[in-house]
Amino acid sequence: MSLRIGIDIGSTTVKVVVLNENDKLLFRSYERHYSKARERACETLSSIRDMLAGKDVKLVITGSAGLGVAKAAGVDFVQEVYATAAAVNRFIPSTDAVIELGGEDAKIIFFGGALEERMNGSCAGGTGAFIDQMATLMNVTADELDKLSLQHTKIYPIASRCGVFAKSDIQPILNQGGRKEDVAASIFQAVVDQTVAGLTQGRELKGKIVFLGGPLHFLYGLRQRFVETLKLDGDHAIFPEDGDCFAAIGAALCSEDYEEAPFDALYKKLEQSVDNTSVVDTMPPLFDNEGEYEAFLTRHNAKHPPEVDAQTYTGDAYLGIDAGSTTTKMALITPEGGLLYTYYHSNEGNPVAIVLEQLKAIYQMCRGRITIKGTAVTGYGEDLIKNAFSCDLGLVETVAHYNAAAHFEPDVDFIIDIGGQDMKCFKIRGGAVDSIMLNEACSSGCGSFIETFAKALGYDIASFSKLGLFTQKPVNLGSRCTVFMNSSVKQAQKDGATVADISAGLSISIVKNAIYKVIRAASADDLGQHIVVQGGTFLNDAVLRAFEQELDKNVTRPTISGLMGAFGAALAARDMGLEQSSLLSEEALASFSHTAKPVTCGLCTNHCSLTINQFDGGRKFISGNRCSRPLGKEKVENPDLMKYKYDRLRALHGTGGGNGSRGRIGIPFGLNMYENLPFWFGFFTRLNFEVVLSPESSRSLYIKGQHTIPSDTVCYPAKLLHGHVEALVEDGVDAIWYPCMSYNNDEGIGDNHFNCPVVAYYPELLAANVPVLKQTKFLDPYVGLWRRKDCEKRLAAMMEAEFGVPKKETVSAVRAAYGDYDSYVADVRSTGAEYIRYAREHKMPIIVVCGRPYHIDPEINHGINDLITSFGFVLVTEDALSYLEGYEARTVLNQWTFQSRMYNAARYVCTQPDMQVVQLVSFGCGTDAITTDEMRSILEDGGKLYTQLKIDDINNLGAVKIRIRSLMAAMDARADKE
Amino acid sequence: MAKLEYDNTGRLLFTKEMKEEYTLLIPQMLPDHFAMLVRILQTEGYKAEMLGNTGRGVIDNGQKYVHNDACFPAILVIGQLIDAVKSGKYDPHKVALVITQTGGGCRASNYIHMLRKALVKAGLEFVPVISVNLSGLEKNPGFKLSLGFIRKAVFAVIYGDLIMNVANQVRPYEVNPGDADAATADCMDFLLSDMGAGKGMTFKSMEKNFDRIIDRFKAVPVTGEEKVRVGVVGEIYVKYAPLGNNNLNEFLLSEGAEPVVPGLVDFVIFKIYNREVDVDIYGGKWVKRAFCHFFGNYVKKYQRAMIAALKRSGRFRAPGDFDELHGYIKGYLGDGNKMGEGWLLTAEMLELIHTGVPNIVCTQPFGCLPNHIVGKGMIRKLKDDYPGSNIVAIDYDPGATKINQENRIKLMLANARAIAKQERQETSAPAVEETVKV
Repeated sequence: MSLRIGIDIGSTTVKVVVLNENDKLLFRSYERHYSKARERACETLSSIRDMLAGKDVKLVITGSAGLGVAKAAGVDFVQEVYATAAAVNRFIPSTDAVIELGGEDAKIIFFGGALEERMNGSCAGGTGAFIDQMATLMNVTADELDKLSLQHTKIYPIASRCGVFAKSDIQPILNQGGRKEDVAASIFQAVVDQTVAGLTQGRELKGKIVFLGGPLHFLYGLRQRFVETLKLDGDHAIFPEDGDCFAAIGAALCSEDYEEAPFDALYKKLEQSVDNTSVVDTMPPLFDNEGEYEAFLTRHNAKHPPEVDAQTYTGDAYLGIDAGSTTTKMALITPEGGLLYTYYHSNEGNPVAIVLEQLKAIYQMCRGRITIKGTAVTGYGEDLIKNAFSCDLGLVETVAHYNAAAHFEPDVDFIIDIGGQDMKCFKIRGGAVDSIMLNEACSSGCGSFIETFAKALGYDIASFSKLGLFTQKPVNLGSRCTVFMNSSVKQAQKDGATVADISAGLSISIVKNAIYKVIRAASADDLGQHIVVQGGTFLNDAVLRAFEQELDKNVTRPTISGLMGAFGAALAARDMGLEQSSLLSEEALASFSHTAKPVTCGLCTNHCSLTINQFDGGRKFISGNRCSRPLGKEKVENPDLMKYKYDRLRALHGTGGGNGSRGRIGIPFGLNMYENLPFWFGFFTRLNFEVVLSPESSRSLYIKGQHTIPSDTVCYPAKLLHGHVEALVEDGVDAIWYPCMSYNNDEGIGDNHFNCPVVAYYPELLAANVPVLKQTKFLDPYVGLWRRKDCEKRLAAMMEAEFGVPKKETVSAVRAAYGDYDSYVADVRSTGAEYIRYAREHKMPIIVVCGRPYHIDPEINHGINDLITSFGFVLVTEDALSYLEGYEARTVLNQWTFQSRMYNAARYVCTQPDMQVVQLVSFGCGTDAITTDEMRSILEDGGKLYTQLKIDDINNLGAVKIRIRSLMAAMDARADKE
Repeated sequence: MAKLEYDNTGRLLFTKEMKEEYTLLIPQMLPDHFAMLVRILQTEGYKAEMLGNTGRGVIDNGQKYVHNDACFPAILVIGQLIDAVKSGKYDPHKVALVITQTGGGCRASNYIHMLRKALVKAGLEFVPVISVNLSGLEKNPGFKLSLGFIRKAVFAVIYGDLIMNVANQVRPYEVNPGDADAATADCMDFLLSDMGAGKGMTFKSMEKNFDRIIDRFKAVPVTGEEKVRVGVVGEIYVKYAPLGNNNLNEFLLSEGAEPVVPGLVDFVIFKIYNREVDVDIYGGKWVKRAFCHFFGNYVKKYQRAMIAALKRSGRFRAPGDFDELHGYIKGYLGDGNKMGEGWLLTAEMLELIHTGVPNIVCTQPFGCLPNHIVGKGMIRKLKDDYPGSNIVAIDYDPGATKINQENRIKLMLANARAIAKQERQETSAPAVEETVKV
């Protein structure tokens, strides 16, 4: 028998193995290919030519990027999961499951019975590329990240669905002083959760499990997290010696089914295909020639602050600090805006240390000549830095950026800022920030993304972006989120695109993402006439050029584009007109010390992950809190209808007015039950059932049910249901009641009164996917509450069949239950009215939170209501106002009951000067793709601001805070004008 | 030139005058079915055209004018229409756009509104949009679905299903590449010229036409090889439209598989049946129920005739009828599950499994709401109940790359071949060694 060669070409690496007839491994290699997959494979083969030349061999290619190579070269190909299964079957028999992580793929293969294989879908980020990205974010190598993780003492909850989400969780932890060791382990835990949640899809991971692929081969911390999470012992967690090359070994084994051929002929085929490149989808170049580029640079370099000689300047100065998510920016300015000192650097996960060092340097420079009369901080780390160094003012980023932009372009009417992690766009109308668009977690594609990519391809960011300036054929990479872009790059590499083409393509992608996803503009005129661009990413000429090309319009990029936040903060410090800054003195800095300690707050059920920052002299700053209680203050209790409704609904359990003699009925507390529970509670208790509510939602309840979620892109409120029903089964209830409802109540304010498909049919999904439901009586009949008479009859028949309840009894219980529901609705309305009266008596502004009934669940909204009321607002919900407006035709089909309420509430808000709307949107909610545009146009036409908060299982309220504070700043600006 | 007239809600109407002057542009979904429907519209006196534009312009226009989070079919359908209007091929003041509206609880009922918003954004608000639906939504003076048209449309759906069915059974095996496509074109020609001449519109002549179609396809010379059969189910647009599913049919053929694509007529009956069910489970007027029952039976009769023709062909496999599909669903989903493809999608998977096609591609737009339940949500139970089933769920999206989708389908195919090989080894002597080319 001949030698067998397996080549596994993945997204980032090439693995080559040679097996002899006894399945002995004669050669193996594992190398990164830096997007030159074909070349790398050929080089490796050529290095072992001596072993193979002149022999007949069997050669098979596998791997996600291998298909193109195999096709181009005319070499046999096997699918990589299939290859892996073949290798495991041969070498580790009696395996129950394989977990394999690659550069961009995650796979689980279930053995035993029929082979079942799962791969990550198009939305999944918890893979090797994700770990690399996170390591870059923390400024360590992947190996260092691994070492750090082994020293952890605490695991933070990090969103485990996609890389972009996890990033926005990690950033605040780092910025607020969380320990790197803990963050490192938390990153690995996120990968584990992602794999288990995304791929098991209801099948349990147990028995003997084999771990394969590069990341699991090299990262011991990651192994540890898997073993602990799956509760495996040494006999059941297998990490094979060649676990990084198993797919290649499998390919070699599969080659048995194929023809053999002379090695030299096969090698030649592969080698010749190297030049066989074709890029299908390309775009026009950024610059046609050097001259064009020169003119472009001259135009942009004209906008700069007044010149000032920092070495000789004597007088007052103002300091602005922009503690951003990945970088720290500082600017010391003269009263005229001249720059005395600037700083722009990655914050390396510890902004406090960076600012300390810089302040010392600034004081050194100032000595005797310059007096700092005011200091202001903005950005993600605002609170931390402000407290650490006792700054005079903290201001929200949007306002800081507007200050700076107006300095260079007084007529500015649109600002776009693309930073490392975030993208902010806002319109300026009448001298105030008017409508803010932030990138939602899914459409990031910001600066740090290019940076990570540059590193992955072996370049630094500056030279990588330069590469793209003059390429004639930038590759079209699409404009969705970063994870998708990863696959687009993979495809481009497969098609033979050069690094320069990819570099230019990435710059264009970022711009398209900003314009069409974040701003959602149809044309350049949508933005404005005087556009100012800023943020570190626009220092990249390729991005700036792409932006101008896409808009077909020249824009303003000040030379200090990357410093605009700090510059704007300094201007704000100047405008305070202080006599003396409270900033720590040079002497105080000498004895400055800072330690950060993570704790879990136990003061309420939110269990916030707090970070306690201790500074010298007993100064203390606590972050991560959602209310003021851990700060030792009483929680502010402003009227909050979300909380009122939640407490009222949670109280609906027990036997009520009945005796509970017919048994215990479990009701999962989720989705439409937040609307219909008052009915069902009244109904069942009157029939002498005891109603058992599932526990309050929590992260751990979610994890409990996570393993049975079949679709990882469904919304978080739906995913929570799995934990709720499992908890009810554990409780031992006699039956679980969770009816399917295509239609909800008809309130006469829409064109129809549907539930969304997920709310309507989730009970049937649970029945099919949650195995423990077989242990109980799970009742999920179709019920139509809006036809009261018909519903009566049908429920009577159902209750007689299921529980032997006489029909008459059921009928009267239904009638009474409608009364209960009606009085609940009336109560919500009258309480809302009472809160509004309270607000007006106390001259407090009112926020109307528009969402679904289930958005009042604190695990779903992450305490947004506490945050809103802590800013001094009174909070009411959409259902307290929607009845105040009648039916009106909309420009969309207004066919869902819950959504109709939001339109009406928004219309009512337009008539009330002291109200503003905040819309809550669950990530993945398809119906909100329709409602958000409609809500915006109702509110903007009515002269109101539109604020949207997207929520998922992320715990980070940073973006929410920016929006609410910007809303407040805009409200203030409007009030000032009036 | 026709005047622009609006109804009292401000909706731009398609007037009788426009019928004379305007060309109706129709997005492509099922190439064969829709081609026939367009020809029928033409015989009714409309100028109508099915769009064939594809490529980046379609996706770019879709993404530019449709909400980022809207479903992929909305982006494609609207992108295709706007791309066509802007292409320069037509006078934008002389076209009207046609879009279907199912009127269910799914987002798809909103496409028409998204299209109108997109037109405003694109500065094309003077282009009228016509809704084709059976719910009586949005009437237009210049566009009426006459009973005659509806009858012809039902015929077109059934003929389309039959042609698609037999073509799929012939194409993978044709000796001369292109034969099956030629047969398809032939059948369309004679059906349409008959229809144009007012012939072929009775039950009897339809049965004859069935045999003609089948005979035409029987005449295509085929090889005797055996191929893996792969079922295709999913959200209605990405299931059928080559633009939506990255030419899935073509890909399956190139991988040496035979695509098995359940027809459109089940979906039509399903949508009619839903109205009956609503009355059953929630209450309502018996007249409405009786009418739907009657109309459903009318279409079912034609479906049964088509199945009978396939059975008597002695050559082609016949699908199960609607009632058979409905029978499979017990224990999986309730009758009330009607949004999007509802229980029908799961029923189609069950039918495929029961008829020897356990290898299935379940297609859906990324984040499709009903598919969370009836597609991805049912796969686990199907695997529990039928361990031999081999189902892969594929998401389609402007950002999803073909390579990723094809890789996943390849995995399903590798699995399918391994199962087939195992079965052969179990049933026949091991001497019958067959090389499986992947």
